[in-house]
Amino acid sequence: MAVIEISQRVDARGLSCPMPIVKTAQAIKTIPSGAYLEVLATDPGSTKDLAAWSRTTGNELVEQSADGGVFRFVLRRK
Amino acid sequence: MTLVAARPEGTTDEVVEPAPEPEPATDGAASQHDILIINYSGELEKTWATMLLASTAGAMGVRCRVFVTFWGLQNFVKDDKWITGQNWMQKMMSVMQRPGISHRKLSKMNFMGMGPWMMGQLAKQQRNPSPKELLAIAQEMGVEFIPCQMTMDMFGLTRDDLIEGMGEPVGAATVIELMAQGSSPLFI
Repeated sequence: MAVIEISQRVDARGLSCPMPIVKTAQAIKTIPSGAYLEVLATDPGSTKDLAAWSRTTGNELVEQSADGGVFRFVLRRK
Repeated sequence: MTLVAARPEGTTDEVVEPAPEPEPATDGAASQHDILIINYSGELEKTWATMLLASTAGAMGVRCRVFVTFWGLQNFVKDDKWITGQNWMQKMMSVMQRPGISHRKLSKMNFMGMGPWMMGQLAKQQRNPSPKELLAIAQEMGVEFIPCQMTMDMFGLTRDDLIEGMGEPVGAATVIELMAQGSSPLFI
Protein backbone atom coordinates (compact mmCIF):
# COMPACT_ATOMS: atom_id res chain seq x y z
CA MET A 1 0.00 0.00 0.00
CA ALA A 2 1.27 3.41 -0.95
CA VAL A 3 2.30 5.75 1.83
CA ILE A 4 -0.50 8.16 2.66
CA GLU A 5 0.56 11.77 2.60
CA ILE A 6 -1.42 13.78 5.13
CA SER A 7 -2.34 17.23 3.80
CA GLN A 8 -4.00 18.59 6.90
CA ARG A 9 -4.34 17.65 10.57
CA VAL A 10 -7.17 18.24 13.03
CA ASP A 11 -6.38 18.09 16.71
CA ALA A 12 -9.72 17.50 18.39
CA ARG A 13 -8.21 15.97 21.51
CA GLY A 14 -10.10 17.04 24.60
CA LEU A 15 -13.06 18.26 22.57
CA SER A 16 -16.46 16.67 23.01
CA CYS A 17 -19.41 16.04 20.73
CA PRO A 18 -20.04 17.53 18.19
CA MET A 19 -16.76 19.42 17.92
CA PRO A 20 -14.59 16.63 16.41
CA ILE A 21 -17.14 16.39 13.58
CA VAL A 22 -17.40 20.14 13.20
CA LYS A 23 -13.61 20.58 13.07
CA THR A 24 -13.36 17.73 10.58
CA ALA A 25 -16.03 19.26 8.35
CA GLN A 26 -14.28 22.62 8.46
CA ALA A 27 -10.84 21.15 7.73
CA ILE A 28 -11.86 18.91 4.84
CA LYS A 29 -12.94 21.98 2.89
CA THR A 30 -9.36 23.28 2.99
CA ILE A 31 -7.81 20.31 1.15
CA PRO A 32 -8.23 19.26 -2.48
CA SER A 33 -10.25 16.25 -3.60
CA GLY A 34 -8.32 13.01 -3.07
CA ALA A 35 -6.09 14.52 -0.37
CA TYR A 36 -5.90 13.07 3.12
CA LEU A 37 -6.96 14.54 6.45
CA GLU A 38 -5.82 13.21 9.80
CA VAL A 39 -8.05 13.65 12.84
CA LEU A 40 -7.02 13.04 16.44
CA ALA A 41 -9.73 12.82 19.08
CA THR A 42 -10.20 11.59 22.62
CA ASP A 43 -14.01 11.56 22.66
CA PRO A 44 -14.92 7.84 22.68
CA GLY A 45 -18.13 8.64 20.78
CA SER A 46 -16.06 9.98 17.91
CA THR A 47 -15.20 6.47 16.68
CA LYS A 48 -18.81 5.89 15.66
CA ASP A 49 -19.50 9.52 14.86
CA LEU A 50 -16.65 9.99 12.40
CA ALA A 51 -17.67 6.79 10.63
CA ALA A 52 -21.23 8.14 10.35
CA TRP A 53 -19.90 11.48 9.10
CA SER A 54 -17.80 9.65 6.51
CA ARG A 55 -20.75 7.60 5.25
CA THR A 56 -23.07 10.59 5.10
CA THR A 57 -20.69 13.00 3.40
CA GLY A 58 -19.03 10.42 1.15
CA ASN A 59 -15.51 11.27 2.32
CA GLU A 60 -13.83 7.90 2.79
CA LEU A 61 -12.52 6.80 6.18
CA VAL A 62 -9.33 5.02 5.12
CA GLU A 63 -7.69 4.40 8.48
CA GLN A 64 -8.81 4.20 12.07
CA SER A 65 -6.72 3.33 15.10
CA ALA A 66 -6.55 3.88 18.86
CA ASP A 67 -3.49 4.52 20.96
CA GLY A 68 -3.75 5.10 24.68
CA GLY A 69 -7.12 6.81 24.62
CA VAL A 70 -6.36 8.83 21.50
CA PHE A 71 -8.29 7.90 18.40
CA ARG A 72 -6.73 8.55 15.03
CA PHE A 73 -8.67 8.75 11.79
CA VAL A 74 -7.49 9.29 8.24
CA LEU A 75 -10.07 10.52 5.77
CA ARG A 76 -9.78 11.06 2.03
CA ARG A 77 -11.69 13.96 0.61
CA LYS A 78 -14.26 12.97 -1.98
CA MET B 1 -70.97 3.33 -10.60
CA THR B 2 -67.68 2.91 -12.35
CA LEU B 3 -65.50 5.74 -13.34
CA VAL B 4 -63.74 4.60 -16.45
CA ALA B 5 -62.75 7.32 -18.82
CA ALA B 6 -63.87 6.70 -22.36
CA ARG B 7 -60.94 6.36 -24.64
CA PRO B 8 -60.88 6.32 -28.41
CA GLU B 9 -60.08 3.00 -30.04
CA GLY B 10 -56.47 2.26 -30.77
CA THR B 11 -54.87 4.52 -28.19
CA THR B 12 -52.44 3.01 -25.75
CA ASP B 13 -51.95 3.73 -22.12
CA GLU B 14 -49.67 6.62 -21.77
CA VAL B 15 -47.92 6.88 -18.45
CA VAL B 16 -46.78 10.35 -17.68
CA GLU B 17 -43.64 10.08 -15.60
CA PRO B 18 -43.31 12.77 -12.96
CA ALA B 19 -40.29 14.98 -13.42
CA PRO B 20 -37.34 13.53 -11.52
CA GLU B 21 -36.60 15.14 -8.20
CA PRO B 22 -33.57 17.39 -8.33
CA GLU B 23 -30.54 15.99 -6.54
CA PRO B 24 -30.04 17.45 -3.09
CA ALA B 25 -27.30 20.03 -3.01
CA THR B 26 -25.12 18.19 -0.52
CA ASP B 27 -21.84 16.32 -0.72
CA GLY B 28 -23.76 13.23 0.39
CA ALA B 29 -23.06 9.78 -0.93
CA ALA B 30 -26.41 8.16 -0.29
CA SER B 31 -29.77 9.80 -0.93
CA GLN B 32 -30.70 11.95 2.02
CA HIS B 33 -33.70 13.67 3.42
CA ASP B 34 -33.64 17.24 4.56
CA ILE B 35 -34.05 17.77 8.27
CA LEU B 36 -36.58 20.15 9.70
CA ILE B 37 -36.22 21.07 13.35
CA ILE B 38 -39.07 22.97 14.96
CA ASN B 39 -37.49 24.93 17.80
CA TYR B 40 -40.48 25.53 20.07
CA SER B 41 -38.81 25.62 23.49
CA GLY B 42 -36.77 28.44 24.92
CA GLU B 43 -35.46 26.36 27.83
CA LEU B 44 -31.70 26.09 28.10
CA GLU B 45 -31.43 22.32 27.86
CA LYS B 46 -33.73 21.98 24.86
CA THR B 47 -32.13 24.95 23.12
CA TRP B 48 -28.79 23.23 23.61
CA ALA B 49 -30.10 20.06 21.96
CA THR B 50 -31.51 22.05 19.03
CA MET B 51 -28.24 23.87 18.40
CA LEU B 52 -26.17 20.71 18.80
CA LEU B 53 -28.24 18.75 16.29
CA ALA B 54 -28.46 21.67 13.86
CA SER B 55 -24.70 22.28 13.87
CA THR B 56 -24.00 18.55 13.46
CA ALA B 57 -26.42 18.33 10.52
CA GLY B 58 -24.59 21.28 8.98
CA ALA B 59 -21.22 19.61 9.52
CA MET B 60 -22.52 16.41 7.93
CA GLY B 61 -23.65 18.23 4.81
CA VAL B 62 -27.29 17.38 5.51
CA ARG B 63 -29.63 20.20 4.56
CA CYS B 64 -31.20 21.41 7.78
CA ARG B 65 -33.78 24.07 8.43
CA VAL B 66 -34.84 25.24 11.88
CA PHE B 67 -38.28 26.76 12.14
CA VAL B 68 -38.24 28.97 15.19
CA THR B 69 -41.54 29.45 16.92
CA PHE B 70 -43.12 30.48 20.21
CA TRP B 71 -40.63 30.38 23.12
CA GLY B 72 -37.93 29.27 20.71
CA LEU B 73 -37.91 32.72 19.16
CA GLN B 74 -36.54 34.11 22.43
CA ASN B 75 -33.31 32.25 21.57
CA PHE B 76 -32.90 34.37 18.47
CA VAL B 77 -33.47 37.80 19.95
CA LYS B 78 -30.17 39.68 20.17
CA ASP B 79 -28.40 39.03 23.47
CA ASP B 80 -28.16 42.71 24.40
CA LYS B 81 -31.92 43.34 24.15
CA TRP B 82 -33.74 43.80 27.43
CA ILE B 83 -37.11 45.07 26.40
CA THR B 84 -38.83 44.03 23.19
CA GLY B 85 -42.36 44.50 21.93
CA GLN B 86 -44.64 47.29 20.84
CA ASN B 87 -47.25 47.50 23.59
CA TRP B 88 -47.00 47.35 27.38
CA MET B 89 -47.97 43.68 27.62
CA GLN B 90 -45.35 42.59 25.10
CA LYS B 91 -42.76 44.74 26.84
CA MET B 92 -43.72 43.36 30.22
CA MET B 93 -43.35 39.80 28.95
CA SER B 94 -39.80 40.49 27.76
CA VAL B 95 -38.95 41.96 31.15
CA MET B 96 -40.42 38.92 32.93
CA GLN B 97 -38.13 36.68 30.92
CA ARG B 98 -35.07 38.24 29.37
CA PRO B 99 -34.70 37.17 25.73
CA GLY B 100 -31.44 36.12 24.05
CA ILE B 101 -29.62 32.80 23.77
CA SER B 102 -27.23 33.60 26.64
CA HIS B 103 -30.11 34.17 29.07
CA ARG B 104 -31.94 30.87 28.88
CA LYS B 105 -33.24 29.18 32.02
CA LEU B 106 -33.27 25.50 32.90
CA SER B 107 -36.68 23.84 33.14
CA LYS B 108 -35.54 22.32 36.44
CA MET B 109 -32.79 23.21 38.90
CA ASN B 110 -32.81 26.81 37.72
CA PHE B 111 -32.40 28.25 41.26
CA MET B 112 -32.40 31.92 40.22
CA GLY B 113 -29.73 31.29 37.59
CA MET B 114 -27.45 29.08 39.71
CA GLY B 115 -28.37 25.99 37.66
CA PRO B 116 -27.58 27.54 34.26
CA TRP B 117 -24.35 29.04 35.62
CA MET B 118 -23.20 25.66 36.96
CA MET B 119 -24.21 23.99 33.72
CA GLY B 120 -22.12 26.53 31.81
CA GLN B 121 -19.12 25.92 34.07
CA LEU B 122 -19.41 22.15 33.65
CA ALA B 123 -19.66 22.54 29.89
CA LYS B 124 -16.54 24.70 29.88
CA GLN B 125 -14.66 22.09 31.91
CA GLN B 126 -15.70 19.44 29.41
CA ARG B 127 -14.95 21.82 26.53
CA ASN B 128 -18.52 21.60 25.32
CA PRO B 129 -19.52 24.51 23.14
CA SER B 130 -22.31 26.73 24.47
CA PRO B 131 -25.65 27.03 22.64
CA LYS B 132 -24.48 30.41 21.34
CA GLU B 133 -21.27 28.94 19.91
CA LEU B 134 -23.20 26.03 18.36
CA LEU B 135 -25.66 28.46 16.79
CA ALA B 136 -22.79 30.37 15.17
CA ILE B 137 -21.31 27.09 13.87
CA ALA B 138 -24.70 26.00 12.51
CA GLN B 139 -25.15 29.30 10.68
CA GLU B 140 -21.63 29.07 9.26
CA MET B 141 -22.38 25.50 8.09
CA GLY B 142 -25.41 26.67 6.16
CA VAL B 143 -28.27 25.75 8.50
CA GLU B 144 -31.25 28.01 7.86
CA PHE B 145 -33.06 29.52 10.83
CA ILE B 146 -36.54 30.62 9.87
CA PRO B 147 -38.64 32.72 12.25
CA CYS B 148 -42.38 32.22 12.70
CA GLN B 149 -44.28 35.30 11.57
CA MET B 150 -47.19 34.67 13.93
CA THR B 151 -44.91 34.51 16.98
CA MET B 152 -43.10 37.67 15.91
CA ASP B 153 -46.44 39.46 15.72
CA MET B 154 -47.62 38.10 19.05
CA PHE B 155 -44.49 39.16 20.93
CA GLY B 156 -44.19 42.36 18.89
CA LEU B 157 -40.73 41.40 17.60
CA THR B 158 -39.20 43.07 14.55
CA ARG B 159 -36.48 41.72 12.24
CA ASP B 160 -34.15 44.18 13.96
CA ASP B 161 -34.73 42.47 17.33
CA LEU B 162 -33.48 39.16 15.89
CA ILE B 163 -29.88 38.10 15.30
CA GLU B 164 -28.26 38.49 11.89
CA GLY B 165 -28.61 35.86 9.21
CA MET B 166 -32.15 34.64 9.89
CA GLY B 167 -34.39 33.68 6.98
CA GLU B 168 -37.61 35.34 5.89
CA PRO B 169 -40.41 34.85 8.44
CA VAL B 170 -42.91 32.20 7.35
CA GLY B 171 -46.02 30.47 8.65
CA ALA B 172 -47.24 26.97 9.42
CA ALA B 173 -48.09 26.13 5.80
CA THR B 174 -44.43 26.40 4.78
CA VAL B 175 -43.49 24.01 7.57
CA ILE B 176 -46.20 21.52 6.69
CA GLU B 177 -45.20 21.65 3.04
CA LEU B 178 -41.59 20.80 3.91
CA MET B 179 -42.73 17.88 6.05
CA ALA B 180 -45.13 16.67 3.35
CA GLN B 181 -42.26 16.75 0.87
CA GLY B 182 -40.26 14.41 3.09
CA SER B 183 -38.17 16.56 5.42
CA SER B 184 -37.56 14.60 8.60
CA PRO B 185 -39.28 16.61 11.31
CA LEU B 186 -38.05 17.10 14.85
CA PHE B 187 -40.02 19.08 17.41
CA ILE B 188 -37.89 20.41 20.23
